Amino acid sequence: MVAAVTRVFGVHNLAMAQDVVQDAFCRAVETWAWRGVPENPSAWLMTAAKNRALDLLRRERTARTYAPELGRLLESEWTLVPVVEELFAPDAIKDDLLRMMFSCCHPRLSEEAQVALVLHILCGFGTGEIAGAFVSGRASVEKRITRAKKVLAGSKTLFDLETPADFSRRLGAVHRALYLLFNEGYHGASTESAVRVELCREAMRLVALLLEHPKGKTPTTFALAALFCLNAARLPSRVDGAGDLRSLFDQDRSLWDRPLLSEGLILLELSAVGSKLTSYHLEAAIAAVHARAAKVEDTDWGAIVSFYDSMMVLHPSPVVALNRAIAFGQHQGPERGLSEIQAIEDSDRLASYPFYFAALGEFELRLGRWSIAKGHFLEALAQARNPMERKFLARRAESCQGQLPGCP
Amino acid sequence: MSEFTYLFRGRQTTGSPEELQKHMQKWVAWFQDLHVKGHLKDPGNPLDPTGVVVSGKQKTVVDGPFAEAKDVVAGHIMVDAVDLAQAVELSKGCPILEVGGSVEVRPIQKLMR
Repeated sequence: MVAAVTRVFGVHNLAMAQDVVQDAFCRAVETWAWRGVPENPSAWLMTAAKNRALDLLRRERTARTYAPELGRLLESEWTLVPVVEELFAPDAIKDDLLRMMFSCCHPRLSEEAQVALVLHILCGFGTGEIAGAFVSGRASVEKRITRAKKVLAGSKTLFDLETPADFSRRLGAVHRALYLLFNEGYHGASTESAVRVELCREAMRLVALLLEHPKGKTPTTFALAALFCLNAARLPSRVDGAGDLRSLFDQDRSLWDRPLLSEGLILLELSAVGSKLTSYHLEAAIAAVHARAAKVEDTDWGAIVSFYDSMMVLHPSPVVALNRAIAFGQHQGPERGLSEIQAIEDSDRLASYPFYFAALGEFELRLGRWSIAKGHFLEALAQARNPMERKFLARRAESCQGQLPGCP
Repeated sequence: MSEFTYLFRGRQTTGSPEELQKHMQKWVAWFQDLHVKGHLKDPGNPLDPTGVVVSGKQKTVVDGPFAEAKDVVAGHIMVDAVDLAQAVELSKGCPILEVGGSVEVRPIQKLMR
């Protein structure tokens, strides 16, 4: 809604647009309390925001300049209402959201700022909620957003979707921001699982919007959407009834969201066009291998290793190398896994990554060297970033007890 | 460049909401065209068909509307044009002509000091 109103007022009047939307919500609360919630609440809100925008435009007709691309159409009653009506039409709103999404991913903003701005403007998250999602202070999130809005306002108009060169250049940043948004939900540090599911859902909503636009529908966008679906399908089993994190190896696979998995597989097929291979393609392909395995023993680890090999060529990083080593260990046995982990270059960069030690622990455990394994799990526990990880790793460390040497 | 006022007369009063909306879109398109080409001096406003006329030394107040619907001034805008001929050409795009209305093109008179 903010996106639509901003399209009318111009991006330099973003605060005004947010006030209008805020006002619409306040009116809703007042009115609905008396008369009950209307049949179509979102349409009601949209109309309220539209009328409020019209009021403001009339009152401050010449005091401000609005969206420059609308020229003087907002100045006169001849054209004011039809132009605003048009901008609030459902199709126009979809375009507004995309424009806003692309505007938020401004090259002068850091990736964190882009994601925060997307959450704030497009997903309607308050600064408190964003701070909660990223486990950072409210004040610093507020500062980050204020600074980002200034950059946004400096660009005067919302991003123009019709300039092909700009579009494809900015699309990469948009993909990255959505990827980070989803990951924050999927792996993020927030303790509230509800918040995290919400982040994943928002990322999926925005990528679906991108797929609806003829130019946004690139193979990379399909790959990203496939990755989201395939991972999100596993969300119900990542945390068990007691709120504990479950590793991929002991998840209840019957809880996986089948329709979402098949959608992900179809999207992955649609992404396999053209010559551009991205890390999103590879990550989605890996997720698809897991999705296809009905039991953990059925997993085609060989395929996964080869996808990680490609990923190491595309974007080498210690975390990718670690994941590759884990897959190798699954494929060829724990000893091979350990030697692959030891062979990782710049493994010192993994020193604060709990799953580096957890992986060492798992392989040692499988080799029956449970006291060494326990040491690794305790090290991992010391690096854990949130209570859920802490609980999970503590449980793994405990499982090393009570087993006799040589009897894993 | 000289300044001209367009006085519009008549208005579309019948038609389905869709037809009326389509008609409004034509106005938007015409305005946008004038604006982009640098002719739209002042987008003016449409006028409500109600109102009163004050006349004579007695300052008689008579309720409007006045005369027949097609003669009622429906609104005004101001345009910049090279000469009357161009102003007339520009006025031919006005959607009011499609619904039986008229555009009166009048140069703004520059009064002597």
